[in-house]
Amino acid sequence: MSVGSASFDHAGKPDGVLNADALRADARRQALGLLALVSPGLFLVFAVIIVPIGWLFWLSLFDETGQLSFANYARFFEQASYIKTFVTTFKVAFVVTGASVLFGYPLAYMLSQLPRRAASICLIFVILPFWTSVLVRTYAWLVILQRKGLINNWLIDLGVIGQPLPLANNFTGVVIGMTHIMLPFLVLPLYASMKTIDVDCLRAGMNLGASPAATFRQIFFPLSLPGLASGVVIVFVLCLGFFVTPALMGGGKVIMWAMRMEQATSLYSNWGAGAALGVVLLAVTLALLGLFQRLLGARATGVWSRR
Amino acid sequence: MLLSLAPSALPIGIHGIEKRFGAVSILSDLSLDVAAGEFLTLLGPSGSGKTTLLMILAGFVRANAGSIKVGGEEIITMPPHQRNIGMVFQNYALFPHMNVFHNVAFPLKQRRVSAADTRERVEKALDLVRLQGLGERRVDQLSGGQRQRVALARAIVFEPRIVLMDEPLSALDKGLREHMQIELRNLHRRLGMTTVYVTHDQREAITMSDRIAVMNAGRIEQIDQPEALYARPKTKFVAGFIGESNFIPVECRNGSVWHEDRKLRMSDPIPAVGRHLMVVRPEKLRLVADGEQAGVLNMLPATVGDVIYQGDSFICYATLRDGRQVTLRDYCRSDVLARLPAPGEPITLGIDAQDVVLVADQ
Repeated sequence: MSVGSASFDHAGKPDGVLNADALRADARRQALGLLALVSPGLFLVFAVIIVPIGWLFWLSLFDETGQLSFANYARFFEQASYIKTFVTTFKVAFVVTGASVLFGYPLAYMLSQLPRRAASICLIFVILPFWTSVLVRTYAWLVILQRKGLINNWLIDLGVIGQPLPLANNFTGVVIGMTHIMLPFLVLPLYASMKTIDVDCLRAGMNLGASPAATFRQIFFPLSLPGLASGVVIVFVLCLGFFVTPALMGGGKVIMWAMRMEQATSLYSNWGAGAALGVVLLAVTLALLGLFQRLLGARATGVWSRR
Repeated sequence: MLLSLAPSALPIGIHGIEKRFGAVSILSDLSLDVAAGEFLTLLGPSGSGKTTLLMILAGFVRANAGSIKVGGEEIITMPPHQRNIGMVFQNYALFPHMNVFHNVAFPLKQRRVSAADTRERVEKALDLVRLQGLGERRVDQLSGGQRQRVALARAIVFEPRIVLMDEPLSALDKGLREHMQIELRNLHRRLGMTTVYVTHDQREAITMSDRIAVMNAGRIEQIDQPEALYARPKTKFVAGFIGESNFIPVECRNGSVWHEDRKLRMSDPIPAVGRHLMVVRPEKLRLVADGEQAGVLNMLPATVGDVIYQGDSFICYATLRDGRQVTLRDYCRSDVLARLPAPGEPITLGIDAQDVVLVADQ
């Protein structure tokens, strides 16, 4: 970008160092120029990520009285309710991720096998809820699932059940609501990776003597694993920090990590405790991502060797 | 048992194949017999139906009607994984999540071959395609030519009675492609499996095949040995698709062949009365020296348009008296070079009577 201004000396230097200084200066100038170009972005990252997280971490080191202490972190080991919240959070995340895979994999598989136009129409139905507010969708589920909701009324009217099923305001309700919200996060990366699987690979499998089921098991499924892995990671991590749906669908019986944070800050105005919760959630999430990276990184060399 | 050098190859009888996609007819009443152990090439432009026919043979596309018999057994409704047909795909279609060994072992695994037997046969197959010792390589660590060989090894390791190849060399560069053509042909000669090969490259077809079926618009225009196909094309399409051709209009009347007012001699029987096209390959046209009079030579006066020197050969574009352009090619022998014509010069073109081939004008 800035070549013209350098002074070029064609004579007076031995062979091999012709213009070496000018070229080095030019390289330095270019590096500085690029740094200047990315500096607004770097500043933004610093201002909206590094500073708040640093602040959060700083806040977590003070107790209610403003004294520097580790009381906020010690609480995690001392209070059973914290440990219970932690366990609940992971339980919900595991079950919702599992349910998403259970429903999402066949859906993504169907989408990937449909003709192009039919697939794009069906994809709209996957993405449409994505554009609807989480709050609206959660209330909709409440209407459907509650004691006198649509499902219970129908089942009772049909005489299938005598007593309404406990579908909302408990663990089941949280899982149903969250699975619905998480499904697109799993289906979209999975669908994208399934679309890249070469049809000829599947044909080759059958040609070489594998039945359609064997071809799916030995070729299609392993090749879809990278997409499945990224979908699972996204869903699991999003579940860990989820607030709205468990708060509304849990009926106060399912306390997740993010709800604890909300309690600590807005109910008890204990910013230190809330901040400590946030720091631990962040650390656990990062550790999990690191773990996934390691596991899937090793797998990726085996599975995803396209390029 | 292990990749025996002459397995009992089976003939293929294809009869009355119809294939339509909606209202569009892809193949219409197509019949073709492939002899046991034969290397047959389906040659044609894109859209001629050759790949569709191959897909029907492999079982990936369902025909609307017809019969395919392999060694007398009807397979038209048999699912692909039961057909026992090896196939080499255009883009290789190797399994990216398996190494070379497991790719080649895949068909054996499906057939429940024992581990020791599998190892031996895979090694033998890799040997055959000269990839010995590369079993542990990942597919993405291979060059294009090596991937091609793996695909080939995978298609023959289970000793299929028939091997199908769908433009297997089209992704390779020219030098490697020509090398692989020879290698494939030699492999076929050693193993003797009935092979149906699809290509749009006429030179490749001529180099490799026992017979070539030229396809056009869902029909077989002509099926013949390469030499016969080149020297005696039966239709204008075949003459134009295989090699270069000059088409010179002629008329048959009174039991002889006429170009304008010149009577032509030909060794083939003279066809029915009417208008035809004479097919003359550029290298079959000759520059006739002044005063040369050969009994079996047809003479056509022309004017030189341009002469292009190409090192080993030269091309001469000339215009006949009826305004039609023809192309002549000859090697640069010193006697020819000595009397190379200049643009604008009148010349006489000579055609041997036995090189005169007539096709219908349509």
